[in-house]
Amino acid sequence: MSMRGLVHGKAEGACLKLDDPLSFWGGFDSASGNVIDRFHPQHGARLSGTMLFMERGRGSSSGASVLAEAIRLGTAPAAIILIDEDAIIATGALVAQMLYGIDCPVIAVKDRLEWQRLSALPRLAAQSGAEAVVLTPQP
Amino acid sequence: MELSATDREIINGDHGRAASDALQLVLRFAEAVGAPRLLSCASAHVDGCLYHGQASLDFVERFVALEGRVKVPTTLNVGSVDLIHPELFIGDAALGAAGKRLMQAHIELGCTPSFTCAPYQTLLRPRFGDQLAWAESNAIVFANSVIGARTNRYGDFIDLACALTGRVPDYGLHRSENRRAKAIVEVHGFDEAGPDQAGGLAVAAGLFTGKHCGDAIAAITGLPRSTSEDDLKALGAAAASSGSVAMFHAVGLTPEAPDLETATGRMDVPVAGRLGPLEVAETLSSLSTVKDGAALTAVALGTPHFSLSEFGRLMPMLDLAPFAVPIYVNTGRHEWERLQADGRAARLEEAGVTVVVDTCTYVTAIIRDLSGAVMTNSGKWAYYAPGNLGVDVAFGTLADTLLSAKAGRVVRA
Repeated sequence: MSMRGLVHGKAEGACLKLDDPLSFWGGFDSASGNVIDRFHPQHGARLSGTMLFMERGRGSSSGASVLAEAIRLGTAPAAIILIDEDAIIATGALVAQMLYGIDCPVIAVKDRLEWQRLSALPRLAAQSGAEAVVLTPQP
Repeated sequence: MELSATDREIINGDHGRAASDALQLVLRFAEAVGAPRLLSCASAHVDGCLYHGQASLDFVERFVALEGRVKVPTTLNVGSVDLIHPELFIGDAALGAAGKRLMQAHIELGCTPSFTCAPYQTLLRPRFGDQLAWAESNAIVFANSVIGARTNRYGDFIDLACALTGRVPDYGLHRSENRRAKAIVEVHGFDEAGPDQAGGLAVAAGLFTGKHCGDAIAAITGLPRSTSEDDLKALGAAAASSGSVAMFHAVGLTPEAPDLETATGRMDVPVAGRLGPLEVAETLSSLSTVKDGAALTAVALGTPHFSLSEFGRLMPMLDLAPFAVPIYVNTGRHEWERLQADGRAARLEEAGVTVVVDTCTYVTAIIRDLSGAVMTNSGKWAYYAPGNLGVDVAFGTLADTLLSAKAGRVVRA
């Protein structure tokens, strides 16, 4: 099993691991970049500019619109790193890339242990391409 | 990815830049869901005309600028405003204008200005076995379950991308092997239920199925013969509200479930739950945020959009008029035209009923007085409105809601 780049591009930032999957629609405020799902363990956390580790996607397909809007506004995560592929998250990031030329790479790591290991790093740089995905720990 | 000759032509730009860009999006989506190829689709139903922010509009305007046209018959889901009765909108004017432009831009791409969440009622009814690219959770469930057409849960952006290319990824519910029931919900004690009771039961069965089966297809047994197509519509809408349901089988009622063996493909499938009169009553009472007797400020019907047969059931109940509170009914503009033509629109108006088209009272600012509770016969409205509108809600059958509108407080038939 090897990593897959669902949305290509480059990003770098501090790692933030979500304890539960988050629905961007109804769970994330694109104006502030904060988690607003009051039942989520990281309610209130700011996701803007982070290398966001989320196990998998969740919730309504309108999440794609919310993510695209956040990327437009500059409040989105720098990159989203999943265990498995998620079509809603990939669609939101692809559309933002198409419309605004802003990269928010989306990566499926495929291996849970590797995903956990990476999520514990302080900072990470990602290069997500058609041929390969390169994740480099940063100081 | 196996590409067809048509796919290659579209990518090469032979069908224009809009189709080429849209296909890139469909292909990346297909990769993300692991689809090995694309299929041709018979129609699309697009949910992108409800305004979620500037990105919603930028996406559609881009395809308008590239002179894109949808390749297959494409209906539109509800928008943010009622274009036929614009005076009903009482929200922020800038938001209303952006919402209106978003609806107009979709028409410029060749979409049919249906603005209904129930395009399957009078407008564009798919045929059994059709492959579709449909969005809107209740329409998806209805198409799969009640008609036997095939669509996954498409949504924002990808629905329009499929419409602009006529292509849809081949995975999930497009494939026969993924359409069998994986759980059973047993209903008992309702064999002799009449039409009003069957309506409430359908909502309860839907909510229960969504909650306990999640995205697994359920085979529901024991629904009464009096269950109508409108009830199955309500069941699907409720199931898609409480869970990620894209399809159910109502054994003996829906086309891919003449019997339980066919629904499950003769596999051993677990019983997810049993629903008797007590569980139904508990499920339905949990929808209400106020107690019986509470004061009402409105009644909201037609989520999903009211069908002509539902208007047929409503009309005799208008003899109860005058009502103490306004009654709002959402429906499609095509149904509205029929009501105008046959004189029922005038009768509704006389009785103090406000018919809302193109949008829905749970997603936009239409109901004027939200200071008291709103009563509805819709499981979907009851599920979402308290969060969307910050309103108290009471759930009842259609007969309950009309009697309560007369009384101005929650009463039961």
